[in-house]
Amino acid sequence: MKDEPPLAPAERRVAALESALEARGLNATSFVDAHVRTAEQNWMPQNGARVVAKAWADPAFRERLLNNGKAAVAELGLSMPAHHRHLVVLENTAKLHNVICCTQCSCTAYSVIGLPPDWYKDFEYRARVVRESRTVLREMGLDLPADVEIRVWDTSADTRYMVLPLRPAGTEGWSEDKLASIVTKDAMIGVARL
Amino acid sequence: MDGMHDLGGKQGFGRVRHSAKADVFHAEWEKRSNALLAFAVKQAWLNMDEYRHAIERMEPRHYLAAGYYERQFTGLVTLLVEKGVVSREELERIAGAAIPLSLPSAPGRSNAPGRARFQPGDRVRVKEEFVPGHIRMPAYIRGKIGTVVAESPAYPFPDAHAHGVRAEDEPTYDVAFRSEDLWPHGADAALVHVGVFQSYLERT
Repeated sequence: MKDEPPLAPAERRVAALESALEARGLNATSFVDAHVRTAEQNWMPQNGARVVAKAWADPAFRERLLNNGKAAVAELGLSMPAHHRHLVVLENTAKLHNVICCTQCSCTAYSVIGLPPDWYKDFEYRARVVRESRTVLREMGLDLPADVEIRVWDTSADTRYMVLPLRPAGTEGWSEDKLASIVTKDAMIGVARL
Repeated sequence: MDGMHDLGGKQGFGRVRHSAKADVFHAEWEKRSNALLAFAVKQAWLNMDEYRHAIERMEPRHYLAAGYYERQFTGLVTLLVEKGVVSREELERIAGAAIPLSLPSAPGRSNAPGRARFQPGDRVRVKEEFVPGHIRMPAYIRGKIGTVVAESPAYPFPDAHAHGVRAEDEPTYDVAFRSEDLWPHGADAALVHVGVFQSYLERT
């Protein structure tokens, strides 16, 4: 690699593209400003937490959610991008644990469970969780009993997944708001139980 | 393509650097890059299959060394240069330094002829195919046998959609593979579910 010109730092590459588009009169910057706010304020795990809490509290909703995730989350005012045509909700039980990943890129149902955390996009998780699921979960703090079956879901198409965690004991009679407050992004990815 | 991006089952990686309070973004430019991708989609300059393939086409050393949002930006800017929305020279002039792009694309392909319709419970085999362009089949399932669990709505066929090739939309099948079948004597016991396009599958 001799005589290669110096590379622009990533932030200057991005700024160059934004200013080139802005110079074409496309109002890229105002779109970008608004989109950054949307990503920070709207694509939060609290969305999915509301879905989980309602599924725990309302058996008819749970049934609809398991049958057609995208339609059921829309009942709570949650939308998904047009190319996410299908949301499959994976219900954990005492003897079954689901965990999601994307080995080829980092696809997630981000408008429902939130944008993926950094480790989900790292090579370690992408490479290992499909092959060494129980080991990886244990390393991440989830030591599943030997009699719990593991299912790993690789997001290899535009169907999106979320895990419906097992409702913890001792939460009987809680309001949906209180239930939602204990649901985490990690639990909806499936690397934690509640 | 059997690219650097296709990491499922690769060995040698260490522990996941997990934190319960993990960040999504680490710098302001990452948020703006993410938003510029959304802007390009809104302008209909690219689709998500072209975008994924443009990331896969990154020079492998660049792919491995870049963080997620640098990979995202490289895919985006590569497509906008290839499609003539902006020129590399203009961007590098503004940036005052070089902007690395992905390597050129190889040809895509349309749907497989005579695609079979499968039912839950059917045993299916992933075809032994090696294609130079985009494909959404992780290499770890190539040639492997699994069980159909469900059928999705029809989606654009990625091998065509990433390359501007005409094709029919087709469903994906949720196929469950035993980890023992994927990596005999070399995996933790689990069922691995993969969304597999109809064109990639054949009856056993």
